Amino acid sequence: MSSKKIYAIYDDDYVLLESAKHLVAKGIYIRDVFSPFPIHGLDPVIGLKRTRIAMAAFIYGMIGVSLALSGLYFFMIQDWPLNIGGKPNFSILTNLPSFIPVTFEFGVLCAAHGMSITYLLRNWTLPGFKARNPYLRTTDDWFVMEIHTHDNDVSEEEIKALINETCVLKVDVKNS
Amino acid sequence: MHKEAAIREPLILGNDVTYSKITNDVLHTIEHSPTKMWKILMTIAVIIALWGIGSILYLLGVGIGTWGLNNTVGWAWDITNFVWWVGIGHAGTLISAVLLLFRQKWRMAINRPAEAMTIFAVFMAGMFPMIHMGRIWMAYWVLPLPNQFGSLWVNFNSPLLWDVFAISTYMSVSLVFWYIGLIPDFASIRDRAKKPVPKLMYALLSFGWTGNAKAWQRFEEVSLVLAGLATPLVFSVHSIVSMDFATSVIPGWHTTIFPPYFVAGAVFSGFAMVQTLMLIVRKAMRLEAYVTIKHIEYMNIVIIVTGSIVGVAYLTELFMSYYSGVEYESYAFINRFSGPYAWAYWAMMTCNVVSPHLFWSKKLRTSLGFTFFMSIIVNIGMWFERFVIIVTSVHRDYLPSSWSMFYPTWVDIGVYVGTIGIFSVFYLLFLKYFPVLAFNEVKSIMKSSSERYKNMSDEEFHKLHPVKK
Repeated sequence: MSSKKIYAIYDDDYVLLESAKHLVAKGIYIRDVFSPFPIHGLDPVIGLKRTRIAMAAFIYGMIGVSLALSGLYFFMIQDWPLNIGGKPNFSILTNLPSFIPVTFEFGVLCAAHGMSITYLLRNWTLPGFKARNPYLRTTDDWFVMEIHTHDNDVSEEEIKALINETCVLKVDVKNS
Repeated sequence: MHKEAAIREPLILGNDVTYSKITNDVLHTIEHSPTKMWKILMTIAVIIALWGIGSILYLLGVGIGTWGLNNTVGWAWDITNFVWWVGIGHAGTLISAVLLLFRQKWRMAINRPAEAMTIFAVFMAGMFPMIHMGRIWMAYWVLPLPNQFGSLWVNFNSPLLWDVFAISTYMSVSLVFWYIGLIPDFASIRDRAKKPVPKLMYALLSFGWTGNAKAWQRFEEVSLVLAGLATPLVFSVHSIVSMDFATSVIPGWHTTIFPPYFVAGAVFSGFAMVQTLMLIVRKAMRLEAYVTIKHIEYMNIVIIVTGSIVGVAYLTELFMSYYSGVEYESYAFINRFSGPYAWAYWAMMTCNVVSPHLFWSKKLRTSLGFTFFMSIIVNIGMWFERFVIIVTSVHRDYLPSSWSMFYPTWVDIGVYVGTIGIFSVFYLLFLKYFPVLAFNEVKSIMKSSSERYKNMSDEEFHKLHPVKK
């Protein structure tokens, strides 16, 4: 049996959310949802795990802080110690107050850019990439659920029947 | 469940608002030919920008001797303009980041144009220290780059170097924050575009955005973390800018109040500039339904608060100069309000301390004309604040024989006015080719903030959104 993609198209986020709850309760696995803005409360319904991108940002930030402190230690204490305005460079501890601004900025720089690059890569959104949204109106006013027949134990007709129990605008079927 | 208290004034006006109407309204400017007004404004902006670029090129060719600087006044309009532009930039990040963290829905209609203002303002600000170097082609020396001069590094103990890191980090993080938010909106334009060139252009700009559930989940997390990172960045940047002065030994500069005072001043001037631009944008782009009087009023309230903080800071400075018992410090302030630059001091006091309090009147703070007038007044006042801090502190130093005055030359004026022109060119291009409101965010608050839904009963809501047959 060939696999099919069933698209349930809605014109409202609230209706889609309630419909998703209904379908999931009936044992249907929803592969994905496309919408013009985030639908709050949808993630647990369709079984999306929490993203760990914030943790990645923390790690990038800490790498930035370590790099900044190592660099500052090398530049100002080891390689070229200077006594400027009575602020001698003896150790990282005595220099820490004047190192904080640059360390902070560099930490933020690495966290923000590292996280943003990771975000773009994980989303597969990069210049020149092709959009994979099934309908152009999902970036305007359509809210679309994508259900794969091979993800579910029930037949295509049964899935469609269950979708039709909700206030769907249109049901569309495409070959995978 | 979708509705907010009916007593809250709506943030989206009109009883015909729908998701597609929001898209149509915001993208109208992009999808249609530029208006006559836009063309006129663009022409004026280009002429001023060209004047500015000409002045900058002349300055680079001849040297900074063309400025009105002298042996006593080594910093004047250049650093005044630098601090002024950085300050203007701060409202954008504040609206985007701080108000996002505080879940303020009213930020959504104004965050995009405010962020654009931030990027362009910080770009203008960054130009001034570089021009001030005189030999701009040596600007890379401010970076800790490996070199062939033996052990030679930039001085990480200097607030001027902290500035390099602060401004460049601020600019790049603001740019990333702005662009991440723009991607879904670019995708909407891409999916609506009919002609091949705009379709290709926006396809490239939207990075193949799909808008699936996982992408939106990550988008929200990234926006929140970027807001969390940008918030302390806002405070750090202007604190560091204030340390350019505060860590020195010049009377009138080395005050511990400088960091918070500069940050408040930055937000004050930034919000004033947002008001100036938004009042023009909402009228020119017909966005009155999204940028409402309520938005303008909220921003005016921020102006009252930050203006009051700035006023307290001025008075604290005066008191501390007297209470410190240091005669040089006292003289610096006596000279400010009674010396040859007293006119600038009193202009600053009138514009920044007295005038914002007119906004305590609801009638005035909800008046568009008065708000526009006040936004210009505050911008002028905040420019004078930086001028007063810098020039009045250095024009009379410890040695009366070296006292002198600063008079701007045509190059000083050309560079300053020119940056306003360059900023305007960038801003007008942004208005024409970029989605001027973050409409994916505006759509997400439609049901809780629009006039239509606020007037709707639960029965009417469920009739409109039936969830099961």
